[in-house]
Amino acid sequence: MEGTAVRGRLTWQVATVVAATWETPQTKRIRFALPDWPGHSAGQHVDVRLTAEDGYTAQRSYSIASPPEVPEVELVVERLADGEVSPFLTGELRADDLIELRGPIGGWFVWPEHTDAPVQLIAGGSGVVPFLAMLAHQRLTAASTPVRLLYSVRSDTEIIGRPELAPRPDLDVTYTFTRAAPDGWTGPTGRIGEALLAAHAVPVAHRPHVLVCGPTAFVEAVSRGLLDLGHDPARIKTERYGGMGETP
Amino acid sequence: MTAALDGNALAGPLAELFAIDLATAMLTCAHCGGSGPLAAHPLYPTGPAMVLRCRDCAEVVLRYANDAGGIRLDMSGTRLLTVTQRAR
Repeated sequence: MEGTAVRGRLTWQVATVVAATWETPQTKRIRFALPDWPGHSAGQHVDVRLTAEDGYTAQRSYSIASPPEVPEVELVVERLADGEVSPFLTGELRADDLIELRGPIGGWFVWPEHTDAPVQLIAGGSGVVPFLAMLAHQRLTAASTPVRLLYSVRSDTEIIGRPELAPRPDLDVTYTFTRAAPDGWTGPTGRIGEALLAAHAVPVAHRPHVLVCGPTAFVEAVSRGLLDLGHDPARIKTERYGGMGETP
Repeated sequence: MTAALDGNALAGPLAELFAIDLATAMLTCAHCGGSGPLAAHPLYPTGPAMVLRCRDCAEVVLRYANDAGGIRLDMSGTRLLTVTQRAR
């Protein structure tokens, strides 16, 4: 969006729900129509605000799952049992409902455009969501950037983003299952640590850009593993979720 | 001390006050002189104010609240805010 006029201050806008479908038993993919959407970069997020009848408000940040190339904005929201916002978004929201949304936000945790270096994405659970936007963007722009995704997920029923992660020649996805692997699975299992990173991530010598997204404990364990392997801290970007009253 | 979130999650709330995206802005810590992008600082979001801490010395560099008392921004822990690029 370089070269465009400086926009005014970011304000809340009303989004209309176009569709809300279960992505996994615990997550819902929600598509919004936003008449005044200025466009976004792959990896950016939005804030969603709910207001109760007594005026109490709660707001949470959610990564955008859809690429900049499509006009509607998709979020994938995981239902957290003790959450203030996610039970409403996953359980109550229907097509044609209106909701307050602010974005796009954050020019930091975004797809590295115009780089020759390979990109390594590392996701834990619903931390894969910003990467869905990045991978769809990479596919739609036919970017030649080599990209690998290492995705830690509890079981195959909890895989988010099957459409975006479907096998294609320019995408290398490795799953590791931390709770239950599918029958006959011969790939990695267990949490991502130094050994799994050494075996399945882009080697340090190729100087990859590394983006890590997941629950706080996941991001910290993966970051430690990357640093122990000798990855350049300046090329590692992280995004944690959790907190804000919700526990992952 | 486990960080709950990254400063990235503070970029939206700060847009209530600033016209530009501060996620990529560089903050220089007033306590130790360490610096880094706002988005990469550990953020503790659940208190009365959202608290951003220094990656190097863990001191508070910025506090932000928006509630019935109004919008309050405490940057006494930030020596310098540098906007290096505009994301929008």
